[in-house]
Amino acid sequence: MARVTAGALRRRAQRRSATTAGDEKKMPLRRQAILQALCIFVTLTVLFPIIWVVSLSLDPRDLSRPDGLNLIPPGASLDKYADAVNTPTSNPVSFWELAFNSLKLAVATSFFSVAIGVFAAYAFSRLQFRGRQFLMLAILAVLMLPAVATIAPLFLQLNAVRIGDFNLRASLAGVGLAVVSGLLPFAIWNLKGYLDTIPKELEEAAAVDGASRHQAFFHVILPLAVPALAVTAFLGFIAGWTEFYFSVTFLENVKDWTLAVALNSMVGQFATTTPWAKFSAFAILFALPVSLVYLLLQKYIVAGLAIGGVKG
Amino acid sequence: MSVATAATTARPPRRLGLPGRDARTAYLYIAPALLVMAIITFYPLIFQVYISFTDFQFKNLLPRNPGPEWVGLENYARIVESRLGNQFFNFARMLSFNLWWAFANVVIHVIIGVGVALLLNQPGLKFKRFYRAIFILPVVIPAIIVATVWKNMFHRDSGAINELLTGVGMLFKIPEQAFQIDWLRAPNDILPLMPLAFFALLIANTWLGWPLNSVVATGALQSIPKELYEAADMDGAGPWQKFRNVTLVYLRPAMVPYAIYGFVTTFNLFHLSFFMTGGEPQGKTELLVTQAFRLVYQQREYGIGAAFAVLMFFILLAITLLVNRAAKATASFDQ
Repeated sequence: MARVTAGALRRRAQRRSATTAGDEKKMPLRRQAILQALCIFVTLTVLFPIIWVVSLSLDPRDLSRPDGLNLIPPGASLDKYADAVNTPTSNPVSFWELAFNSLKLAVATSFFSVAIGVFAAYAFSRLQFRGRQFLMLAILAVLMLPAVATIAPLFLQLNAVRIGDFNLRASLAGVGLAVVSGLLPFAIWNLKGYLDTIPKELEEAAAVDGASRHQAFFHVILPLAVPALAVTAFLGFIAGWTEFYFSVTFLENVKDWTLAVALNSMVGQFATTTPWAKFSAFAILFALPVSLVYLLLQKYIVAGLAIGGVKG
Repeated sequence: MSVATAATTARPPRRLGLPGRDARTAYLYIAPALLVMAIITFYPLIFQVYISFTDFQFKNLLPRNPGPEWVGLENYARIVESRLGNQFFNFARMLSFNLWWAFANVVIHVIIGVGVALLLNQPGLKFKRFYRAIFILPVVIPAIIVATVWKNMFHRDSGAINELLTGVGMLFKIPEQAFQIDWLRAPNDILPLMPLAFFALLIANTWLGWPLNSVVATGALQSIPKELYEAADMDGAGPWQKFRNVTLVYLRPAMVPYAIYGFVTTFNLFHLSFFMTGGEPQGKTELLVTQAFRLVYQQREYGIGAAFAVLMFFILLAITLLVNRAAKATASFDQ
C-alpha cells in the first residue's frame, strides 16, 4: 500500500516538474519584475569596476589621479593601449617579450601540475596503500601554506644551482619550479575531490571486461575527468600568468620579466606616481588572455566548481 | 556464503586486483608527484626551519661570505615581542586582525553567495544564464588589477566611491565636502581593529569573493530533489521551514568545506592588502603574508622571514586542524 502511494507521488511530481531545470514554470509578472530588478542591481555592482577600468584606459590625458565619474572620458582613444605595447616599462624590453615569458610560465606550470597531479590524485582516490592518510594530510598541510611563505628557502635553494653563468634562481625555469611547488598539491587535492565523485562501479565493470588498472584509468576515468582536468589546468594557468612573488624576488634580468612583474613595477611602492591610463590599458591587455581562456572553458569550470561543491 | 553461491552469483569483484598489486600501482602513480614535491615543496619547508634559526641575511649571499650564524630562537623572540625595528609592527595585533579579517569576509561572502544563488534558482526567472555568466567575472580578473582598480576607486579626492557617495548625498542635500573620505589612510579605528581601510578592503574583497560562493551554492541547490519540497508542501510546511529543513540541509555539506577553504585563502590574501592599502594606515591592515613578503623582498632578512613563515605555518595548521575535524576533508571515496 505504502509503496503504491510513494510511487504515485513520484510520478505525479515528475509530471509536474517535467523539464529538468524547471525553467518553463511561469512566474507572476510582479515577482519577475522585482527579482529582475535585484539581478540588475547585482549586475551593476559586478560590472562597475570593470567598466571603470576600461574607461580609465581610454582616457588620453595622462592622469596620475582619477578624475571623477566620467565613464566615457573626453576624447576617448586607444592611445594608451599603443603606449602600453610600445613602452611597457622604462626598461628595454618589449611587450611581446614580456607576454611570451608569461605564456611560457603559465603553460608550463599548468601542464606539469595537472599531468603529474592527476596520477597521484587517482592513487589517493582509489588505491589503498601504506602511508596514504599521512601523505594526504601532508599535502593538505602544504596547501594552506601560502606561496609567500616559501620564498626564502626556495630562493636560497635555487640559488645554489649554478652552472657556469646560469643561475637557476634568476631564471624563468626556477620561477616555474617555485610555482609548481605550490600548484602541485593544489592540483592533487582538487583532482582527487573530483575523482572521488566518479563511481567505482565503472572501474569494476571495466575489470569484469578484462581491463587492467592502468587501462581502466586511461580509458574510463580520464575521459570522465576532463572537466576537472580543464578546471585544474585553467587555475594553474591563471596562477602562472599572474604569478608575481617569485618572479619579482628571483628574476634579475629585465629580459626575463613577465607581464605581471612589469605591471607591478608601474604600481608597486617604487612607482612614484601611477599613470592610471597606461596602467589600465596594460591591465586590460594582461587580463584578456586569461579571460578568453575562461570563456572557452566556462562550461567545464562552472560544472567543476558546482560538482566540487556537491561532493561535500 | 557457500562456494556454490559465490560461484554462481555474477557480482563484480569488490576490489580490482590483489592488495599487493594495488599498492604497487599506487606507488607507481604517486612516484613522480612525490619526487617533484619532495624536492620543491617538502624540502624547502625543512630547509626553512633550519634557516629560521640563523641570522641569514643578504650579506650571506655574497661570494666569499663565511655563511650565516646560528642564533637559536632569537628570530622568533624578535617577532613575537614585536622587535623588528619597524615601529608599527605589533605581532599580536597583526594576528588578531588577520583572523578577524578572514572570518568577517567568509561570513559575508557565504551569506551573499547563498542569497544570490537562491535568487537565481527561482524557477521561471528569465535571463538566468546571462546573469550567471556575468556574476563570475570578478573571479576572472587577476588579483593585482582588482586591487589597483579598487585602490583607484577608493581614492580620497576623486575616486569613484566618493564620487558616487557625493552624488547620492546631493540628492539628500548633503554638501559636497562631506564625502572626502580618506578610505585608505585615515589612521583611526572605527571599531576595534577596524580602520576605514578595513572596510574598503572588505568591500573590495566581497566584490571578488561572493561569486564563487554562489557557484558552489548553486551546485548544491540544483542537487536537491524536488520531491522533498513537494513532500514538505504536503506536510504543510511554510517557506521558512522548507528552507531550514530541506535547503539548508543540502547547502551545508557543500558550503562548509568551501567556507573553510575560503577562510584559509582570505587569511592569506596577499594582493588586496599589499597593493590596495600597502598595510596602511600605519601597518594596521598588514597581514601575516604581506609582512612575510616584505621581510624577504624588501629587507632581505631571510632568517627572520623564515622564522615568520614557520610561525605562520603553525598558526595555519592549528586553524586548519580545528576546522578539519568538522569537514573531514581527508575522507576518501569509500569512507
